[in-house]
Amino acid sequence: MATNHIGKPKNRVDGLKKVTGSAKYAAEFNAPGLVHGVVISSAIAKGRIKAIDTHDALEIEGVLHIFTHENTPGLAWFDLSYKDMDSPPGAPFRPLHSDEIQFNMQPIALVVAETLELARFAALRVKVEYEVETHNTKLADSLDEAIEGKGFRAGFEPPKSIGKFEEAYEAADIKLETEYFHGAEHHNPMEMHASTVIYEEDGGLTIYDKTQGVLNSRHYVSMIFGIKRKKIKVISPFVGGAFGSGLRPQYQLFMATLAALELKRPVKVELTRPQMFSFGHRPITIQKLKLAASPDGSLQAVSHSAYSETSRFEKYVENVVNWPKKLYRCENVEEIYKLVQLDMYTPLDMRAPGGATGVYALESAMDELAYKLNMNPLELRLRNYTDEDKGKEKPFSSKTLKECYRVAAEKFGWSQRNPEPRSTREGHNLVGWGMASGIWDAMQTPARAKARLSADGKLEVGSATADIGTGTYTIMTQIAAETLGLPMEQVTAKLGDSSLPFAFLEGGSTTAASVGTAVKYVCDKIARKLLKEAGKIDDSPFKGAKMEDVVFRDENIVDKQDDSVFIPITEVMKLRGLGTIQKKTTALPNFLKQNKYSRNTHSAVFAEVKIDEDLGTIKVTRIVTAIDAGRILNAKTAHSQILGGVVWGVSMALEEDSFMDHHYGRFINHDLAEYHIAVNADMPDIDITFVEEEDHVVSPIGVKGVGEIGLVGVAAAIGNAVYHATGKRIRSLPITLDKAMSEVSAI
Amino acid sequence: MRPFSYSRAEDIDTAVNEVTAHEDARFIAGGTNLLDLMKIDVIHPQHLVDITHIAHDTIENTEDGGLRLGALVTNADTAYHPEVEKRYPLLAHAILAGASPQLRNKATDGGNLLQRTRCYYFYDKTTACNKREPGSGCAAIDGYNRLHAIFGASEHCIATHPSDMCVALAALDARVQVTGPDGSRTIPFEDFHRLPGDTPEKDTNLREDEIITSVDLPPKGFADHYTYIKNRDRASYAFALVSVAATLEIEDNVIKDARIALGGVAHKPWRNKEAESLLIDKPADRDGFQAVAAAIVKEAKSFRYNEFKIELARRSIVRALMEASQTYQ
Repeated sequence: MATNHIGKPKNRVDGLKKVTGSAKYAAEFNAPGLVHGVVISSAIAKGRIKAIDTHDALEIEGVLHIFTHENTPGLAWFDLSYKDMDSPPGAPFRPLHSDEIQFNMQPIALVVAETLELARFAALRVKVEYEVETHNTKLADSLDEAIEGKGFRAGFEPPKSIGKFEEAYEAADIKLETEYFHGAEHHNPMEMHASTVIYEEDGGLTIYDKTQGVLNSRHYVSMIFGIKRKKIKVISPFVGGAFGSGLRPQYQLFMATLAALELKRPVKVELTRPQMFSFGHRPITIQKLKLAASPDGSLQAVSHSAYSETSRFEKYVENVVNWPKKLYRCENVEEIYKLVQLDMYTPLDMRAPGGATGVYALESAMDELAYKLNMNPLELRLRNYTDEDKGKEKPFSSKTLKECYRVAAEKFGWSQRNPEPRSTREGHNLVGWGMASGIWDAMQTPARAKARLSADGKLEVGSATADIGTGTYTIMTQIAAETLGLPMEQVTAKLGDSSLPFAFLEGGSTTAASVGTAVKYVCDKIARKLLKEAGKIDDSPFKGAKMEDVVFRDENIVDKQDDSVFIPITEVMKLRGLGTIQKKTTALPNFLKQNKYSRNTHSAVFAEVKIDEDLGTIKVTRIVTAIDAGRILNAKTAHSQILGGVVWGVSMALEEDSFMDHHYGRFINHDLAEYHIAVNADMPDIDITFVEEEDHVVSPIGVKGVGEIGLVGVAAAIGNAVYHATGKRIRSLPITLDKAMSEVSAI
Repeated sequence: MRPFSYSRAEDIDTAVNEVTAHEDARFIAGGTNLLDLMKIDVIHPQHLVDITHIAHDTIENTEDGGLRLGALVTNADTAYHPEVEKRYPLLAHAILAGASPQLRNKATDGGNLLQRTRCYYFYDKTTACNKREPGSGCAAIDGYNRLHAIFGASEHCIATHPSDMCVALAALDARVQVTGPDGSRTIPFEDFHRLPGDTPEKDTNLREDEIITSVDLPPKGFADHYTYIKNRDRASYAFALVSVAATLEIEDNVIKDARIALGGVAHKPWRNKEAESLLIDKPADRDGFQAVAAAIVKEAKSFRYNEFKIELARRSIVRALMEASQTYQ
């Protein structure tokens, strides 16, 4: 379909604001009389607060108040009141609720002062005495305490085995048993979590929050503090990265709201970088895989089990072991998913939660199997290719993975691969090639949107979604402009405001499909209204015309049969005396249609690494990936999304690791100097291809979503390349130089 | 951060006077490490003496044919100075292997010598650290010690010095010029930093009221045979796990002078002159390099998470010497 805007590589409509610094983030809003809150974090992992001495701190002039569990007013009593739209099963953490310490760096006090400097200084003068209890933060030593990973949570599919794994495994010719591990990771968006809460004269609140869902923040504040929703306005026009960390309201929102309500003044609370390590993270997992195949590579049995950590108070669950049934044709699949409760904060969705880690282990094990079978790893994937989700026994709504494999393999030059590990050298370096598949869910969630067309032909569309750097503003603008035949410059997209129509959390790669459809629908409504009005004009050629008879193009309504018959949209508005046309609509997923299919995005990833044989230093030199994500709305922002995912994959494979010091029960490398995220100098040449297939089951606009799929599979492809280079299978992430160094060296 | 007072010195004498006159006073130049540490309350001086206006910000030839790096010359200006690039390329390479362009533009040569360790526990006030709080213990010894020392550590501290520049200065036998209330003195580079012993709170032998005025490079720059290898966890903006500065003077394939300094492995840039001397008057070949590397790592001692550093150091020394033996202008 020829389009003017959709699919084109359009620049971000908010790009200029971002690069010129005029885009405002949660901590950049101001109000007369604004005061600052600084959070004090617990120094222990478990125990009780014996005493908090705030005397010296309160003596400082300009210090207004110090909130602790001792003086925080009675708030909502039920756990339910603290639940948000992304809560896992359990009892959510309640800040300043009691003297109990449940995890290290738990927020235990908020110092509020006239200036940030005073608040920070005063925080240093608060003395805390603890009664220390023994904590446990060791996953590996606590597997015998594991409990079933189950419970209701949006997007979570409890593990479900199919066929007879044990029997099939025992009977098979080729067997593989292996285990993978990765440490914790923290999201570390560039913008730290912050909330600026303005106390309004009528007792209402205006809240500038860093969040992936303004409605979630509003719900949370409303429930805990007992304020009617209509008196709370949550605004979040720009988010400096989130990656899942903004899916749940974080404690700075609670703290700033508490202080604003008590002091009846505007309050700002921004977390420090170390405090960004004090809440949700990607959970550590230990994964065991058993694969059995016949000599031709056909999978006979797969067992995927995972042990994952969670807190004592919530059971965080994600889809770690659910992928083999969707990726491969195998009749006997065992899935085991267990949780170990530790004295840590609850994990939190992080870009491709469960998928990034589960597929890492699965695709690494598949590579091991390929070598065991003496088979090309790509051929093994193709041998077990499936057009059906074996668990649901449903076909895929769309799937171009086979073409993704072909395109990416060809671009990479995979056919030139020497199958022998340690077979390619360049000077000191061993060169290795690896590949992996990726998969993620494709979903549409309910969303609403509104639109207003003005007499001058300018259009405003809005939905209470977020743009966390993904390009939501831009695709909303493109879809609206396309639908009504307007230039993008005439369209303004609004989001990140709780007074706008409902949208679910901006996560899980669902926003383009969900909000995009709502925007399309509401603009269709405006189009229909315009056509109807055009038909009412005297001697109108559009009298009685139906939508299928016309196109909206170049700011005109045009007769499909005859280009010369058209009327400018502004003329319709003028001649009909219309000041504005306003519409609102709801886009609901077609569950009946969707339930007939399994809906996923897919990817093929090929990686080249060069490893210094003696020193172990690893450089990823090439990544080629091909992506099956349905229709692409914006070739540029979608490309950037995948690019970001691949960069994350390199980072995950080689660098990221929040290291837990078990003596203190505390993540110890809690800053960006020591928690390594890949830098520019680490980045290889990244080649991205979209293998498009419009998917009208996932969403009426054909979109499947690009937020997570770029990341899934990358770490496995790199790990597999490391094996091919060195002959050494490294089964834990990150793959640092000490793991990659060869045992013996010529020097 | 705690409140502090501030004054700006216009010359060396007032700087020294100011720092002596105030209790718990510190000099501040680039502030790239000092301010971070003040923000997290690891150090909390009551007074800062700004020395960015006291001159000593040029690079000049010395009478003995060496080069004087003013203490306030930035790391970036040093690395890109034509005389440094030409005569002391090792130093330029080492500086550019460290930090980021922004930091190198701000950080000064004097300040580089005085940067503190990057031990996680030093930066986290809730943990034990004898360097931060003498007598509190060392959490790193039984903790996460991947970054930590394999040479010269003590039961009180196993931290490492994080500088790249200092590793090159150690190899070049630089001299540090300092001035204090009792006048000026010269500290040989190897005596500038110290091992932790039972006073790990002291990183250097500089007295509290002394100020660095320059770092002097001797005439010999080893521009023909040098290498700086930095092994780290990412390609930029990461401190060295093990780094090696190696220089050779070779005549007719016979080694006349050799220096090997290691970074990321001790409380100071690590040299072992006895081991280095094994190379003298020997051919520049792998056997000799392996022998000296083995001699250097013989006295290494590792902890739970940094055992790999010993073999990495050994291999890096051999690699560095092999590369240095081949570098020509």
